[in-house]
Amino acid sequence: MEERQVKHKDKEEISTINAIAYGNWATKLTLLVSGFGNIYHKQFVKGLIFLSMQISAILLFFTFGWQYVSNMNTLGTHTMRSEIDPTYGIAVNVPGDNSLQILLFSIFAIAIMLLAFAIHLAAVRSSYAAEIDIKRGRQPTSFITDLRNMLDKNIHTAMLGLPTLGVLAFTVIPIVFMILLAFTNFDRLHQPPGNLFTWVGLRNFFDTLSFNGIMGHTFTKVLGWTLIWAVFATFLNYFLGMTVALMINKKGIHLKSLWRTCFVISIAVPGFVTLLFMRQMLADTGSINELLKSDFAQRLGLSTVQFLRDPAIARVTVIIVNLWIGIPYTMLITSGILMNIPEDLYEAARIDGAGPAKQFQAITLPYMLTITAPYLITQFIGNINNFNAIYFLTAGGPPATDYYNAGKTDLLVTWLYKLTVTHGDYNLASVIGIFAFIISAIIALVTFNITASAQKEETFR
Amino acid sequence: MKSMKTRRTLANITIYVLLIVLSILWLLPIVYLVITSFRGEPGAWLDGYVIPKEWTIGNYTRLFTDTSQFNYPLWFKNTLVVAILSCIISTIFVLFTSYAFSRLRFKMRRPMMNIVLVLGMFPGFMSVIAIYHLVKLIGLDQSLSALVLIYSGSAGLSYYIMKGFFDTIPRELDESANLDGCTNWQIFTKITIPLSRPVITYTVMTTFSAPWVDFIIASVIMKDNYSNYTIALGLFRMLERESVTQWWTAFCAGAVLVSIPIATLFLLMQKNYVEGITGGSVKG
Repeated sequence: MEERQVKHKDKEEISTINAIAYGNWATKLTLLVSGFGNIYHKQFVKGLIFLSMQISAILLFFTFGWQYVSNMNTLGTHTMRSEIDPTYGIAVNVPGDNSLQILLFSIFAIAIMLLAFAIHLAAVRSSYAAEIDIKRGRQPTSFITDLRNMLDKNIHTAMLGLPTLGVLAFTVIPIVFMILLAFTNFDRLHQPPGNLFTWVGLRNFFDTLSFNGIMGHTFTKVLGWTLIWAVFATFLNYFLGMTVALMINKKGIHLKSLWRTCFVISIAVPGFVTLLFMRQMLADTGSINELLKSDFAQRLGLSTVQFLRDPAIARVTVIIVNLWIGIPYTMLITSGILMNIPEDLYEAARIDGAGPAKQFQAITLPYMLTITAPYLITQFIGNINNFNAIYFLTAGGPPATDYYNAGKTDLLVTWLYKLTVTHGDYNLASVIGIFAFIISAIIALVTFNITASAQKEETFR
Repeated sequence: MKSMKTRRTLANITIYVLLIVLSILWLLPIVYLVITSFRGEPGAWLDGYVIPKEWTIGNYTRLFTDTSQFNYPLWFKNTLVVAILSCIISTIFVLFTSYAFSRLRFKMRRPMMNIVLVLGMFPGFMSVIAIYHLVKLIGLDQSLSALVLIYSGSAGLSYYIMKGFFDTIPRELDESANLDGCTNWQIFTKITIPLSRPVITYTVMTTFSAPWVDFIIASVIMKDNYSNYTIALGLFRMLERESVTQWWTAFCAGAVLVSIPIATLFLLMQKNYVEGITGGSVKG
């Protein structure tokens, strides 16, 4: 008896599967005609909204989507050509296919259909909910009540609706599109509408991973430098920034807010401004080399430095300039946390005879690392994709002749920029983007698991 | 005991010296930028000296009078419009997303948060190319509205910091309000928002300043449509090889001018900035 009751209760839970399995004929017919169940249960407004959504989705697909989706397999067969018009006997231009348009609009059309399908299933569930209400002797919810619930019980649909649509349109669809491009030959030689591109399978991935080809060589070199850069940029910034914060916050140091302001002013100036200004100062004929050329510097035995043009020096230069930009941020963020470390921890350590170095190693560092772990991870991934610091200073240069369209300080992301914006090799850029994603994902997953900060949110409540 | 004291004084003196040196290092480029913006001698390079021999405000006036090649006032206006619009939309999106993920419990919550985590690992630039073709196909390419859409469209993805802040607001407040008959919407507008001033300020600040400092997205979308350039694009173009010798000092003036609103905003909101980014766990 009890078991049957439980089963009965399960049946009444509103889910798509239950609706299909246990719903009445009206609910089941809703699977074909969206909104039918709602109309049958006298929820006319809701039913008509669902029905009109279904009709418009189908219309949209056949008037707009189908012409593109049907060409998905070839991505277009003919470019624009002239034909003799049979009635007038003159040459007219017949518009050709555009691979880019076919691919992008197909994805768009498919996304809209998936969305429409999700709404359709919601209609089925809504009909089942009304059915259950009637069965229990309750009035099915009116449209007004549904609207009111949107501000209370179902507020998450109201709140997340537009942001989700925005993310779908401006992040998900573009990313799907770029991933698909990695399997095509959309490069400088295949630029639609003049030249169509098509599917080539995994060829671009093999090119990138073949270590004897120029692509593979460039990829490994640029990837190596990207990782070195990310490690140095992240951890040097972190430790030096924390050192500055410790110095400012040390007991007995006066004018704390003055020192802090000196550093904070540099954050307030937009990064690209300072980077472009530094590029000019560090140039071969820039102010710093001008100083190094002066009599006084010459007497000291100094000579000019090719800050941005010598491969090795340029790499050190970008890391140091990035310190100039990054240290104030770390200082600002860590000094608040440093002041929050309970003073009695240090007192206990001092009684045990621990010196400043030991105190830092045993108390400050572990405390800071646990609290700022998420910040460190985002910083690291941010540095892998740190476009501005490289592009504005060296533009990826100095150029390397054994690289494919890349320079000695190019990161994956600046190389990606050059490949697409300057050279039009979209397929290779997509492959690189996918690899950058895989690397970021691995790093984030590993560190998130180590720090287990994913569980932190529950400890707050 | 005395040696302890001298050691501490010595340590403090070392720190003072270090702090002075570092402060100079950090202020020098900015001071030099301002100096250059008032320099009378034209040209990008100086021969054998660093401090200018002649001072002028001509570089500033030139930005607003000599607009045939580089239209600085127009760029400024474009950027301001884009910044205000995208700031409003983004802040609303971030508020909604953060509240939903922090306070509400619904079936798709975890999956959605995981998807956001994964999406954030793609290089942001990767989608920009596709977005360019997308807006081109709907006829919005090289327009300011496309920029607004792009800056704010995906704003829901950056809920992380604000959600962290919302997580620290005691749930008991919501629960007692709920017992008093408040709907979730009322809890959101009457309890959560008033308690979250620091993190909202932080979000407004970051979303407002994004269009001022973004180069990569704007450069892909605008291509050569100079009349819709934003500040960052325009200033970058000033430094191209053909124009850098004539426009270097004007560039510095323009850079100083664009820094003023951002800097004022930042210095005023500094405290909120830190509280926002550390998720309210720090009251510094």
